[in-house]
Amino acid sequence: MTTLTDPPKESFRLSMLIYDTRYRSMTIQVIAMIGFLVLFGWLISNTAQNLQALGKEPSFRFLSEPAGYDINQRLIDYNSQATHLRAAFVGILNTLLVAVLGCITATVLGVIIGVLRLSKNWLVSRLMSVYVEMFRNVPVLLWIVLIMAILIETLPAPRAFRGAEPEATMKLFDTVAVTNRGVYVPEPLFSNSLGNISFFGEHSLRFDISLDLLAFLAALILGLFIRSKINARANALQESTGDRPRTWHLNLAAIVVPTGLVLFALGFHLGYPELKGFNFKGGTHMRNSLIALWLALSLYTAAFIAEIVRAGILAISKGQTEAASALGLRPNRTMSLVILPQALRVIIPPLISNYLNLTKNSSLAIAVGYMDLTGTLMGVTMNQTGRELETVLTGMAIYLAISLLISMAMNWYNNSVKLVER
Amino acid sequence: MSDLAVDRSIDRSKMTVSDEVAIEISNMNKWYGAFHVLRDINLTVNQGERIVIAGPSGSGKSTLIRCINRLEEHQAGRIIVDGTELTSDLKNIDKIRSEVGMCFQHFNLFPHLTILENCTLAPIWVRKTPRKEAIETAMHFLEKVKIPDQANKYPGQLSGGQQQRVAIARSLCMKPRIMLFDEPTSALDPEMIKEVLDTMIELAEEGMTMLCVTHEMGFARQVANRVIFMDQGQIVEQNEPEEFFNNPKSERTKLFLSQILGH
Repeated sequence: MTTLTDPPKESFRLSMLIYDTRYRSMTIQVIAMIGFLVLFGWLISNTAQNLQALGKEPSFRFLSEPAGYDINQRLIDYNSQATHLRAAFVGILNTLLVAVLGCITATVLGVIIGVLRLSKNWLVSRLMSVYVEMFRNVPVLLWIVLIMAILIETLPAPRAFRGAEPEATMKLFDTVAVTNRGVYVPEPLFSNSLGNISFFGEHSLRFDISLDLLAFLAALILGLFIRSKINARANALQESTGDRPRTWHLNLAAIVVPTGLVLFALGFHLGYPELKGFNFKGGTHMRNSLIALWLALSLYTAAFIAEIVRAGILAISKGQTEAASALGLRPNRTMSLVILPQALRVIIPPLISNYLNLTKNSSLAIAVGYMDLTGTLMGVTMNQTGRELETVLTGMAIYLAISLLISMAMNWYNNSVKLVER
Repeated sequence: MSDLAVDRSIDRSKMTVSDEVAIEISNMNKWYGAFHVLRDINLTVNQGERIVIAGPSGSGKSTLIRCINRLEEHQAGRIIVDGTELTSDLKNIDKIRSEVGMCFQHFNLFPHLTILENCTLAPIWVRKTPRKEAIETAMHFLEKVKIPDQANKYPGQLSGGQQQRVAIARSLCMKPRIMLFDEPTSALDPEMIKEVLDTMIELAEEGMTMLCVTHEMGFARQVANRVIFMDQGQIVEQNEPEEFFNNPKSERTKLFLSQILGH
């Protein structure tokens, strides 16, 4: 009979660093790390030396100097006397504005197109295929420029709205003016306005938030809360009796009543755009640059999202639909209870990367003169101050932060719909 | 291939065939494009019958039972299930599907729901059963297939045999009068085949009407009261298991039997 004992202890030899599997990967990592640090250190010292030779010490003081340029598209107050930091802040908000608008419309469009592309109707599915192939196979920059050109070239000038028999008329019961200078839509106004709440006092990063908007949001959240109570009650009833009561009218009322009351109390009314002299006054002016960028980014990204949605639904095996049908579930219930919950886990990871792509593609805004972060901080500010390194590094850090925030939020959502495996 | 499904005696006291017709199929035809999958199928199944459908792959046996609950559409002929004719009328389809349970080769459990939720989904949303009652029913059937302790796990955490037994329990929760089995043991290891067949035999012992597509000839011998042999979309031969295995009539049946029982 033999007894197994521990293998004889080998004394450590230097060659084991390369040939022993226990140490090999560690050795390689240490070498790679050293190489990386050396390269990085060299880059930094080289840059610093060259900047010094040019007489440009790295410095962020320019941020508090007056910018001296105007920005037409802005969400917060700004004038040419404001600082470069303020200009960059305007740019960030513009980037976020177009990114948020784009992500929402791209998702809605993408889901519709993706589902329709699976339609059994030959014409519908082919039309959607044409859409997808057309939009995703042309660079988005060309779409942005094309849409901008169409807006400027084909839409009527404001003066076409003048006279007794104007060449152009306002749309939607005379509330929306579509012109080659942009679209004028009614703006929300409050006669009993609560005013604004200001943050950061007189600092460059100061901004105001409308209390009217906050009140509206509070009412909306209250409505959603009531709605969840109603649905919880409906669930309880379904659990005890089996029948689910009709709740859509209560759900609707829960949202409409509180928000409606708040709007009424604030004296909500719409301010319509009006033609005064050679241009429209009043209402909210959506510039062509914003519309072109928003439309192009949404249409382009929607093509990718459509493919993701289609792939997600197709990835769920036919057996799932068959099992649900065999149990007597109707197609709409099968979709909402069986297919979509599973498809989501396939859809979300690539959806995240498309949101990130859309956000980063918004930096093409400069092509149509939309002043986003790239246009302000890394455009005019960089040209005026000559601080290439500082502006670009700051810009990169901001894009990185925005992207990381988006992925964090989406990953959190993804984890909540993930499947449990063994 | 095992010749015996289980090594226990089978209680035949409740395995009685009544005169009541459960399924009636007459002159049914089906095509996939130009391919004629099912030709002139005529089949009457009485309440309480246990029918095994055998045949080479591609002979249309799965398609036949999938037509019975409209997972496949037939293009000619009639199918009447429990007095309801299967047409494109959604109400009829719903009625038939609520009376016919089905188990699949690949189980098709819903991987995002727990075992218990798999079993209660259809009773709650289709039968409108109160949740509490649905859970009680589900636990009753999970006990019957001997996995009540797995109720809160997800399908991915169970073995193949366990998953198939859950699939059987899930169908039973809808209290069907007829059960269809589409090669329920073909995707399983030999050890697990036995546990699934055991469950199916118990079901037969309680008098369930069963149509079973399978290659388990031991099961056919012990449990079935009729074996149907299909080839090229036609029913070639049907007989009691004794006669079918010992005294096959057609040459095609003899060849098939010699091939699957030969080794």
